[in-house]
Amino acid sequence: MNQQNAFITALDLIASLDPVLGDIVLLSLKVTLSAVLIAAAIGLPLGAALALGRFPGRSALIVVSNALMGLPPVVAGLVVYLLLSRSGPLGFLGMLFTPGAMILAQTVLILPIVISLTRQIVEDLWAEYEEQLRSLGSSRMRAIPTLLWDGRFSLITAILAGFGRASAEVGAVLIVGGNIAGYTRTMTTAIALETSKGDLALALGLGIILLTITLLLNTGAFVAGRMAQRAAG
Amino acid sequence: MYDGRPILPLTVSGLSYEAGGKRLLDTVSFDLAAGRRTIVMGPNGAGKTLLLRLCHGLIEPTSGRVEWRGGSAVGRHAMLFQRPVMLRRSALGNLHHALALNGLPRTEREPRARQALAHFGLEDIASQPARRLSGGEQQRLALARAWAQRPQALFLDEPTSALDPAATRAIEAMVQTCHAEGMKIVMTTHDMGQARRLADEVIFLHHGRLLEHTPAEEFFDHPRTPEAQAFIRGELLW
Repeated sequence: MNQQNAFITALDLIASLDPVLGDIVLLSLKVTLSAVLIAAAIGLPLGAALALGRFPGRSALIVVSNALMGLPPVVAGLVVYLLLSRSGPLGFLGMLFTPGAMILAQTVLILPIVISLTRQIVEDLWAEYEEQLRSLGSSRMRAIPTLLWDGRFSLITAILAGFGRASAEVGAVLIVGGNIAGYTRTMTTAIALETSKGDLALALGLGIILLTITLLLNTGAFVAGRMAQRAAG
Repeated sequence: MYDGRPILPLTVSGLSYEAGGKRLLDTVSFDLAAGRRTIVMGPNGAGKTLLLRLCHGLIEPTSGRVEWRGGSAVGRHAMLFQRPVMLRRSALGNLHHALALNGLPRTEREPRARQALAHFGLEDIASQPARRLSGGEQQRLALARAWAQRPQALFLDEPTSALDPAATRAIEAMVQTCHAEGMKIVMTTHDMGQARRLADEVIFLHHGRLLEHTPAEEFFDHPRTPEAQAFIRGELLW
């Protein structure tokens, strides 16, 4: 099979709304979006607290968080695997090789990105707002929700960076999910598998869908952000 | 119209501030009584802004004291900056936020915010995004925001230095309103005409030292120190 044929077959798969393909796409979106949601819920306030808090070890935490932005997905997967494996501390949950484990692994992977970028954005805002906010009666901790809301347009980019990393990685979900057909098979793990099996058509079809979804999501976020920014100044 | 016990007079004694080994404010002492509009004057780098920030409690002095009558005056005095910072929300939203910081109960915020906008004729911009307003409108909104917190004293740091004459006139009128309502006004300015229009008394700073604290007429007509004489003649001082 040459690559042009693979491309045509890929478009056929997409056009015929292949149910196997559909399940894979839906699971991928569910896992990645859940991880992004959880990482944002934890990472936004934590990043802001790291920006405004004054406590011993703050600098060390910033460095660690920055460094973990480069955490290799397979390492994140391995750590979560050890945690969830039968003899691990969270083994009793029986989560290994489930979508839940994949969400956990991706959350671990993108949390440092959300924390670090939020920390930087909020710190820059604070430099601009500090005297005014303190004059109006705000404490540093009270400024956290204020600055998160005022930095919302920049923070969307931080969250999109997290989404990009989660949707693109294969190592973490492969290790903790196991790439079980119809259960934990995502677009990236399927691409890896089908490529190694030689089914380039399915692999390429999935690749095209993955890119399209990423593009659509980013376009949507960009347009929504622009419109909201125009309304809010 | 102001809440709580009076915080004036303000007593500043032996106030000094050092940064990077330089003494930027040098044992400044004065009393500020309620009622009179105090204009702080002096050449660039005299320490005018620094003095206001110290009095407002934004920074801590190296030595000396800022004492309000009856102790703490947190939340009872406000400050207007040269360039106000507006949050990315509506004009009304900015007032809501300030009132929340001031500890006003939720149900009272909306009427108080509306009242402040109406008081200064800013109802039209209530729903506009605050950051989209012109510089003059933002400064007027910032003053309404300060007014809404019902402070007993208001510090203004060159509030009109970046504004055109029309906006400057609007701000001066608002300051006069606040003054007429009993708010203590302490304002720095570079503008000699503005100082003459607004001042009841003048504090003259030079190189971080207080050289004069006198009634306005006396300061403008018969300045005592050679530095103040030169300053009023419009000569360059350093």
